Amino acid sequence: MATSASSKLNKAVKQQYMSLPQGDSVQAMYIWIDGTGEGLRCKTRTLDSDPKTIEDLPEWNFDGSSTFQSEGSNSDMFLIPVAMFRDPFRKDPNKLVLCEVLKYNQKPAETNLRLTCKKIMTMVDKSHPWFGMEQEYTILGTDGHPFGWPSNGFPGPQGPYYCGVGADKAYGRDVVEAHYKACLYAGVQICGTNAEVMPAQWEFQVGPCEGINMGDHLWIARFILHRVCEDFGVVASFDPKPIAGNWNGAGCHTNFSTKEMREDGGLKVIEESIERLAKRHMYHIRAYDPKGGLDNARRLTGRHETSNIDQFSAGVANRGASIRIPRAVGQDKKGYFEDRRPSANCDPYIVTEALVRSCLLKEEGDEPTDYSK
Amino acid sequence: MASLSLSSHLNKSLRQQYLNLPQEGKCQVTYIWIDGTGEDVRAKTRTLDTEPKGLEEIPEWNFDGSSTYQSEGSNSDMYLKPVCMFRDPFTLDPNKLVLCEVFKYNRLPAETNYRNSCEKVMQKVEEHCIWFGMEQEYTLLGVDGHPFSWPAQGYPLPQGPYYCGVGANNAYGRDIVECHYKACLYAGVNIYGTNAEVMPSQWEYQVGPCEGIAMGDHLWVSRYLLHRVCEDFGVVATLDPKPMKGPWNGAGCHTNVSTKEMREEGGLEYIEKAIAKLEKRHKEHIAVYDPRGGKDNMRRLTGLYETSNIEHFSAGVANRGASIRIPRQVGQEKKGYFEDRRPASNCDPYVVTKAITCTCLLDSDEQASGSEVEINVSSPEMES
Repeated sequence: MATSASSKLNKAVKQQYMSLPQGDSVQAMYIWIDGTGEGLRCKTRTLDSDPKTIEDLPEWNFDGSSTFQSEGSNSDMFLIPVAMFRDPFRKDPNKLVLCEVLKYNQKPAETNLRLTCKKIMTMVDKSHPWFGMEQEYTILGTDGHPFGWPSNGFPGPQGPYYCGVGADKAYGRDVVEAHYKACLYAGVQICGTNAEVMPAQWEFQVGPCEGINMGDHLWIARFILHRVCEDFGVVASFDPKPIAGNWNGAGCHTNFSTKEMREDGGLKVIEESIERLAKRHMYHIRAYDPKGGLDNARRLTGRHETSNIDQFSAGVANRGASIRIPRAVGQDKKGYFEDRRPSANCDPYIVTEALVRSCLLKEEGDEPTDYSK
Repeated sequence: MASLSLSSHLNKSLRQQYLNLPQEGKCQVTYIWIDGTGEDVRAKTRTLDTEPKGLEEIPEWNFDGSSTYQSEGSNSDMYLKPVCMFRDPFTLDPNKLVLCEVFKYNRLPAETNYRNSCEKVMQKVEEHCIWFGMEQEYTLLGVDGHPFSWPAQGYPLPQGPYYCGVGANNAYGRDIVECHYKACLYAGVNIYGTNAEVMPSQWEYQVGPCEGIAMGDHLWVSRYLLHRVCEDFGVVATLDPKPMKGPWNGAGCHTNVSTKEMREEGGLEYIEKAIAKLEKRHKEHIAVYDPRGGKDNMRRLTGLYETSNIEHFSAGVANRGASIRIPRQVGQEKKGYFEDRRPASNCDPYVVTKAITCTCLLDSDEQASGSEVEINVSSPEMES
């Protein structure tokens, strides 16, 4: 069966328990990124009262040897709360808490890319960098095959599925609808959804978010997606090329603007930024998936609405380019641009950081500048 | 589904219609006790005319001990003495759950009534304000005995992605965990937190901090709640310390301990003294850290899968392969608590907390004598 055994447990029974009052106690679910840089982990603790701000949430720790993050002989790692959201699964007053991970020596864990991102964003806060990220993903059954596809087979070729409607075109919309509502409840800045080109593939967009908020909101949106899928008994995959062959991959197109770009005449600033990005293509490619570009090599082929991974290109309304300038921006001569290179499983902290480094801090060369020196 | 019980398929909306019926001022009180195995709990319910405000308003009761491995048929009555009251999360207010101690016909504590002697010890050390937190691990099984959601006659992918995991391919049976947590909060059990464990279908919840005798009380009631929630969903919770042979984690009941002195400035000194005392009594503790004199733990404490080896005592900061782990923070702040990682998931918390208290706080001549911590050898399971 394509759906999990857990999803068949009686949800009416579950609802009876979940509606039990809990007095003043608050359940806070701490969420963090594990050693893979892609996986999310979570555990919960009870608080005696409703935390009003992030400062009300205590630091915690966990066993890093079980999350690919440390050895058993020295396994404690620290969880530092950085962003708080309402919990759409357990509902008010319960909370979801996004955390940064620190090693035993207080240094950031290897996959804690938020720390550096925050420093970079602080350097440019007067430019008010805004981001919008378009998260694509594929729904799979627990057997690993795309949800709704015939077992041991394939659906009809791509064409009718993008933004489609109907049981023969849209596979798993319940997940998308539930995820959207859950994000709205939680306070995630979700700005839209659509069905994607490959059947069982979907997209949601988060933004506009300023600075560090982009990464925070996207990671929580991903966590909520995994939890919603778990409830339904299916799996969300952020693999950038889940099915080889004539099927679209999954990206995380990143829209970017600064105060200058949004003002009159901003197109000139956009074009200057694109020239800078053209000179730093390989640095960005390395930052745009968790494997230094290896994942994107399967996806950025130049076909299926992608640019070729080896070449940088830009153009108005061009979905085959690395950077697309929306037609309306070309006409208004101000606005934003879309970097189509990041893969669906990218870390949004390093993606947004890379854009700021190249476009706002005007860095050059293959390596990021170390500002601590 | 083959792995869910038939009962779980009964219509729960229909059940709810009946449970919603008003009860005209009367109160249902469910008496809970530990049976002759020392691992399982039993329960039966009676009606009281009004809601009891405290323990003193809940009468003593009795039951048939010959049906719970606790007495002979010819002299089977055993006494139930209420010791701790909670709200009932199944039938809701004003109904109650009441944990009981079991006494034999001659008013002596039943063989598996370890609470009685534990309470005496806790009273002796009251000034030390000894706090405990116990991390109860357990595995969800289908009624076919196979871990819940594992492929029939097969195994999932190896351990790695499951600890604190999320997603249908990583977290098996979260509904039970969520419902148990809410039930504990409602009931008044001091539940501290939950997380998914390293083996798929394995979970953990923590109860504490509880002072003295309250640790055992809250942990036993939390276990009753777990079994009842699982029963509702049609699955089974096992507290077996090594449910799956091979490259799969076992299940423990890591016990965190601190006294007033350990929590104050410079407390690390008292922690280290306590650990030194525990090192000298390793075998005595192992003998009481599971209900079978250490035999259960022999299957679990191998030195692999984040356990220490059962033969050797060890201690270390942030070391999950040691018998005793001092959390990194405690090592840094030089005060706090320590974690004894040896107790098995099916341990009796009264026995564990009493043993730790005696070793760390009482002089050797006041420590529990051999007879008080002797394992019950009269249970039929032991004999066969």
